[in-house]
Amino acid sequence: MTSDTTEKHRNFDKQRDLPDEVRVENAMAGFIAEFGPRAQSWMNACVRCGLCAEACHFYLATGEEKYTPIHKIKPFEDAYALTHGPFSWLHGLLGRKPKLTIEELEEWEELIYDSCNMCGRCTLACPMGIDIASLVKDARRGMYAAGLLPDRLARIVRNAEKQHSPFGSPEDFRKTIKEIEKEYGIPLPLDKPKADVLMTITPEALENRHFGVASMARVLHHLGYDWTFCSDAFEATNFGYLSGNMELQGALTVRLIDKAREIGASMLIVPECGHAWGATRWEAAKWYGAPVDDIKIRHIVEVLADAVEDGKLECRPVGESATFHDPCQQIRRGGLEEKPRILMRALGMELREMDPHGLDAFCCGGGGGVLANERAGPLRLKAFELKKRAVEETGADHFVTSCNICEMTLGRDIEATGFGKQIESLIDLIGANMITDQPPLKAPGSGAKPKGVGKRAAGAKKAGKGRSAARRKPAAKK
Amino acid sequence: MTLLELLEGPLWIASASIFVAFAAFRLIVILFTGRREAEARPAGSPFLGALRTILGHFLPWRRLLGNGKAWFVTIAGYSFHIGLFVLLLFAAPHVEFIREKIVNLPWDPIPRWGFILSAQFAFAGLITLWLRRFVDPVVRLISRPDDHVAAGLTFIVMLTGCMALGEQSAFLRGLHLGLVELWLIYFPFSSLMHTFTWPFSRGFTGAMAGRRGTRA
Ligand code: SF4
Ligand code: SF4
Repeated sequence: MTSDTTEKHRNFDKQRDLPDEVRVENAMAGFIAEFGPRAQSWMNACVRCGLCAEACHFYLATGEEKYTPIHKIKPFEDAYALTHGPFSWLHGLLGRKPKLTIEELEEWEELIYDSCNMCGRCTLACPMGIDIASLVKDARRGMYAAGLLPDRLARIVRNAEKQHSPFGSPEDFRKTIKEIEKEYGIPLPLDKPKADVLMTITPEALENRHFGVASMARVLHHLGYDWTFCSDAFEATNFGYLSGNMELQGALTVRLIDKAREIGASMLIVPECGHAWGATRWEAAKWYGAPVDDIKIRHIVEVLADAVEDGKLECRPVGESATFHDPCQQIRRGGLEEKPRILMRALGMELREMDPHGLDAFCCGGGGGVLANERAGPLRLKAFELKKRAVEETGADHFVTSCNICEMTLGRDIEATGFGKQIESLIDLIGANMITDQPPLKAPGSGAKPKGVGKRAAGAKKAGKGRSAARRKPAAKK
Repeated sequence: MTLLELLEGPLWIASASIFVAFAAFRLIVILFTGRREAEARPAGSPFLGALRTILGHFLPWRRLLGNGKAWFVTIAGYSFHIGLFVLLLFAAPHVEFIREKIVNLPWDPIPRWGFILSAQFAFAGLITLWLRRFVDPVVRLISRPDDHVAAGLTFIVMLTGCMALGEQSAFLRGLHLGLVELWLIYFPFSSLMHTFTWPFSRGFTGAMAGRRGTRA
């Protein structure tokens, strides 16, 4: 498998040495591999009204009609009718051959990977309710099988396959956890043979957000959970889900749930990640052929919001105004719309909603593997303009979210555009402002700043604006 | 047997049978073949979710209430579909034909002015939606040959229907009937099948969202 086959001037990448006919065959087989009544209904309902374009941030930001959501799966759609649709046998009898070609697949790679976050906003606009995000996911499965995906995403997938996580191996994980323990003076339970809660994590948190890991741990300690990280099942982000590598998607999900069962956990907590939530909470059942009923799969935002509602978690009021960026996979496609808002209220922040927000919010532009795909950077920045405008209009002091990928995407876009705001993590805010008996986190030594907190946006202008409430001293008990 | 008798007899039976058999076949394949995956423990009601999406998508999405294109598609779409259904089920010649060939409709046909009004709505909707396929860059890009054939065939069926309204000309009646039969044969293989697939498409999406405790 190489990425050396990639010629730099092309707008597509190719992996593996496969004859073109095999790529085309694999692509189609991959596309329809999971088709059932749901996908088939969607594939047989489009009336070509074009309204889906009016919802997609990539179309709205560029005005280019090629970013019309339904157009993103066109080659697959055409070929499906001829080869696998209800009348494929008739097309066969009439000698009509499948139209899918390698050139089309190469051309569409950009549309399938660079210009879709699988955010599901277009579904809301479609009069027929077609879930294009799911069909794009099917198309990615085909593209992955054809060896036609962005090189960087392919590399990350290989790392996830070979060494447990794109972050690194179980050994790297153990080392990092020990480092964070030392850095912040907080115990991080690791590899306990038995625990009631299995906590998972994102590569971004391990690489750049050590303060976030420490404050999340502090909240779990405060709530009195018997919890652990496991070095052979820590990775929550599912790059199989994002890339179209279904085998990997299944393996990563099963690894987490089997581990939770092995240690006798009754709960598996998904960290600040959106697609991890989709892959684990909503898609795990398909790998087991039955719903996962013995383990509660819960999102950290959900766990904390419920603790607030049960009176187990209180925060010192931060005050000030804040706006919240809704991560699509947690909110629109994940069912957690109210949870982060409960936490914002617990922080005593005046919530100034963006227009649009909640189920209708624009995606950050980086989800669905787009952030991992450098080629998509300029397009992503265009889409960021919509979000930037929405944030500016609120005039809020803080810009908060609850997904590491959104945070990373928005952080990079803020830096690239010089937007005078910084993006803050809701969980970090909770960790830093909760009222607790837990010892405060040790300030990281030798001048090092808390990682991932209070990252100053390059263009932040006013000292008062955009200051991170999580940077303040953690609150002691009242 | 005259050509008109042929069109009203065996060819009508054949085309109607093709329509029913192949449309049913397509729906059966859509709904009963392929993989059925196990679903996650629900956080909300899939049934209510499906119902909400099936009903909710009759109106434009709330974010598009200020969007001219959405209103254009909605108004033209309703104008065409309502006009067409009124013509199909209430026009005097249709009521008579359906009573004779299929089922004894319990309602009276609409008066001539009602026919003309419905036809105007149906034509206005169809023509503007079809024209949009040529002028709007997004819709031009995504329109398939099938979308044009379906619109064109529907258009001439409606046109010849209006021409044959007076019932003075056997030729016009035959022409209209022949085109209707062609339309019926084309229907199950084309995008016209959205007539039957929309509740399933919306319903599956709504059920998925309902299960997740969200809305679509
Ligand atoms: S899922 Fe989101 S990014 Fe993808 S086409 Fe739809 S609106 Fe655009
Ligand atoms: S909005 Fe729905 S029906 Fe209209 S073109 Fe897009 S996918 Fe097709």
